[in-house]
Amino acid sequence: MRLTRRYRFCASHRLHSGALSEAENRALYGKCNNPFGHGHDYVLEVSIRGPLDPATGQLAPVGVLDRLVNDAVIAPMDHRNLNLEVPAFAAAVPTSENLAGEIERRLREAWPPAFSDSSVALAGIRLRETKRNSFETAS
Amino acid sequence: MLITRRAEFSASHVCSSPALSETENRALYGAAANPAGHGHNYVLEVTLEGEPDPVTGMVFDLSRLKEILNEAVIGPMDHRFLNHEVPPFARIVPTAENIAVEIWRRLSPCFDNGVALRNVRLYETEDLWVDYSGEAA
Repeated sequence: MRLTRRYRFCASHRLHSGALSEAENRALYGKCNNPFGHGHDYVLEVSIRGPLDPATGQLAPVGVLDRLVNDAVIAPMDHRNLNLEVPAFAAAVPTSENLAGEIERRLREAWPPAFSDSSVALAGIRLRETKRNSFETAS
Repeated sequence: MLITRRAEFSASHVCSSPALSETENRALYGAAANPAGHGHNYVLEVTLEGEPDPVTGMVFDLSRLKEILNEAVIGPMDHRFLNHEVPPFARIVPTAENIAVEIWRRLSPCFDNGVALRNVRLYETEDLWVDYSGEAA
């Protein structure tokens, strides 16, 4: 059984790699390299898997998942400048690939304290940067 | 090849387990435990797996699939209070998870001849859905 919950956050970013020249950054990232940055309404889908608890009829309490995702991802990233305000992106370029990786890392870190019942596992996430592109991790 | 058909039904439910106290139910299910019930516009996506028939070019007749969904799921559940009107939910809590399992139980015997039910996806809201593919619950 797999359960998926959808969340949203809005954030700004600028795609710029310190390993490349100004011209190379411009050529690679295009408009996403504009110096002042730009933003997206990100949609995050978090999937969990595990057996159904016969007592509750649930895979996991959705409220526990909501608190975990909110504390680990939404609160620190919503209405933020990812490059300046989310530590991982001081070094890494906040592409959606890297952002999806960082979100998954944060969820894994917060998982054991929240879900003491180890039968509930993170199945993967999907990050939608716009309606036309999405980035999926599977674990 | 996988083919998926979508169907909708609207139903009310209460999520409250008789094995738990009122306080425990409230803590576990939140507003969904309100005794008088509430409702959702459920969206169901049923996925079948099979190979296109060489004569018809179809994995399964979609109008027949629509009839099966109507007979097995939409007819019995649409505009119903699940706890009171759909038998298994008098004794099991009609969470999205349990409804998906029940839909799987109703649909899986309906297919044969190289066509099998592959997945049931049930959206309770646009922000919450479950996928069930027959694994041991």
